[in-house]
Amino acid sequence: MGRRRLTVNFVYKIAGPGKRWCRRDPVTWFLRNWDQVAVALGEHLLIAGSALAIAFALSLAIGIAAARSGRVFDAAMAMSGILYTIPTLAFLALLIPVVGLGKANAIICMVAFSLMILVRNIATGIREVPSEVTDAARGMGMSSREILWKVELPLAMPVIVAGLRISAVTVISVTVVAAYVNAGGLGTIIFNGIASDYPPKIVTGALAACLLAIAVDVSLAALERRLKARRAIA
Amino acid sequence: MIRLKGLVKQFPGAARAAIDHLDLEVDEGEVCVLIGPSGCGKTTTMRMINRLIEPTSGTIEVNGRDVTHADPVALRRGIGYVIQQVGLFPHMTIAGNVATVPRLLGWDDAKIAPRVDELLQLVGMEPDAFRDRYPRELSGGQRQRIGVARALAADPPVLLMDEPFGAIDPINRTRVQDEFLKIQRQLRKTVVFVTHDIDEAIKMGDRIALLRDGHLVQHAAPAEMLAHPANSFVEDFVGADRALKRLSLITCVSLANPGTVTGAPEVAAETSARDGLAVMLGSGARALNLAGGGGVVRLEDFFARNA
Amino acid sequence: MFASAWQYIVEHPDRFGAALWRHISLSAAALLIAAAIAIPLGIWLARRTRYALVAINAANVGRTLPSLAVLALVMPLLGTGFAPALFALTLLALPPILINTYAAVRQVDADVIDAARGMGMTQRESTRLIVVPLAVPVIAAGVRIAAIQVISGAVLAAYIGGGGLGDFITAGIAMMQISLLLVGAIPATLLAIGTDFAFGRLQRALTPRGLG
Repeated sequence: MGRRRLTVNFVYKIAGPGKRWCRRDPVTWFLRNWDQVAVALGEHLLIAGSALAIAFALSLAIGIAAARSGRVFDAAMAMSGILYTIPTLAFLALLIPVVGLGKANAIICMVAFSLMILVRNIATGIREVPSEVTDAARGMGMSSREILWKVELPLAMPVIVAGLRISAVTVISVTVVAAYVNAGGLGTIIFNGIASDYPPKIVTGALAACLLAIAVDVSLAALERRLKARRAIA
Repeated sequence: MIRLKGLVKQFPGAARAAIDHLDLEVDEGEVCVLIGPSGCGKTTTMRMINRLIEPTSGTIEVNGRDVTHADPVALRRGIGYVIQQVGLFPHMTIAGNVATVPRLLGWDDAKIAPRVDELLQLVGMEPDAFRDRYPRELSGGQRQRIGVARALAADPPVLLMDEPFGAIDPINRTRVQDEFLKIQRQLRKTVVFVTHDIDEAIKMGDRIALLRDGHLVQHAAPAEMLAHPANSFVEDFVGADRALKRLSLITCVSLANPGTVTGAPEVAAETSARDGLAVMLGSGARALNLAGGGGVVRLEDFFARNA
Repeated sequence: MFASAWQYIVEHPDRFGAALWRHISLSAAALLIAAAIAIPLGIWLARRTRYALVAINAANVGRTLPSLAVLALVMPLLGTGFAPALFALTLLALPPILINTYAAVRQVDADVIDAARGMGMTQRESTRLIVVPLAVPVIAAGVRIAAIQVISGAVLAAYIGGGGLGDFITAGIAMMQISLLLVGAIPATLLAIGTDFAFGRLQRALTPRGLG
């Protein structure tokens, strides 16, 4: 009997910090307000998705040029590298005098952050295509453009997807913060929770953001693996 | 100098023992070549001598001492070790690489620097030019030579070499082999040399140990193994052209008789009998004159020798 | 705009100084603690593939988590202030350092290690003389990545009462005072860029000459 008491007390002691969590239950809040979360999630995906798409298009153009020219590569890496270093909130803040608050602000920030990884991976991926393969393609009479779109880019896909994977996770992370500049997304739930000191909201919002990031990372990793397997040359 | 007695190595989960009761003796100053098909255990045997692989049972004696259970680290510092990929330390200079074991042994810096230069000279690399370079600046053949220099740095009595020249292109390989033989004639180290190339074994070895499935099939000098292979496996392994291979081990002058034959082609006296035969076949002559009054070799002399 | 931001700093040197110092100390402490944990752990794990799998997978997951989410999750557990912020930032810094250290040690050429062992180096000697010098460049790269993560995270630490330059940014946004916002944003940006540059130099300095 005494031992059982001891165990229960021990468990409570360990779970002490967790008690604050459990007292106002995040799960219950979520079940009652799942529509709020769903809307926020939808916003999150919309912003992150469009930012990634824009970043990818831009990086493709720059990356292809960088693959051909070492100087373009170095310049692009230097500039995008500096952008990548800027702290997220500082960047968003610096954009406020320029574009105000809202989704545009967030998207510009995210595109800037994604450039370095995407340009680097696209350029490197194209460069790493074995020269025998491009040689054979040229010998068969393919034009430069055909070689790029039919040979180089497809073979560079695993590396490009690896870059997309990192950028996707970055973009999701930025979107969380961007809620503070009125961009919407799962961050709004977190900030609401902090402002009203309501832990269930904080926990739900944060966990949702984490799960989203993990889900995206895992699926892109699987895609990367499949692409690598299909393109194995050795 | 090196004595392996009843050496057994059983890897866990393997169907048969990798090394199955191996008895082998290597005399001091001898180059013993371990050769055999893939999986015969030649590298495993070599790596048991410096205890990189621990034997399952049996004893290893080096210089009369049983080292089967001695401190492996101390043992290795007294044995030179050269591997195919060399494994030069990329972050150290050539001098730093060569000085590794002396430093581990605590030699004085004053003693180490001249020793490094001495070794670089020995392997035919100009100390001033190479001392401060880095491995990535060297060619494959140069790296391998540094590998040998590094192994010899602390003047160990024993040298273990695992396919040391395998990664070098064939043209340079011959040169590096010849240089090593020259060094060996000078230093007279006890060498255990692993290779899969029978021609290299014949060239480099004082005795050849042919292994198969962890067993020693034949242990003999190259000429002996070529003349009297122990069984059909050895016959197959040394090759159907073993009679020709034997000829590469002797010089024309050893077959010669005094005199000359007019009109016959002339070759140097130390030309190998095999090369001499090739000249005869190429020119259609049935005799060769040896330069410097060395005599004459006739085609019949080859057959007489081969009996 | 910039002028009034500068004026603010001039007029409130204590507040600015305190925030800047808090930011730097938070970042530096988190980085040092994370390095002190992750570097030895990474070296240790490189030889033990069984545990390594779990740890590296966990680190990979950790790397994807949004910084603000991690900071926010710490709040209900540990409250607000310096210590919780430090805890969260250390957690953010661990994955890149651990992953890079592990990869750095694993990537040391097996032949080089074999040669070292064969020549008679003890495990400790080969780690000290061979593995660590060859691994340092990649480890330094990991620390550099972590440093940028941490400085960026420290800006966000303002949300959980950690102090730092983020306070000016959040106040500036809340009150729609651009100059106040810049008092936080510009120094934070300069700090980050400067740190990245410094670590880049450090990385180059630590790369052994033979590795180019």
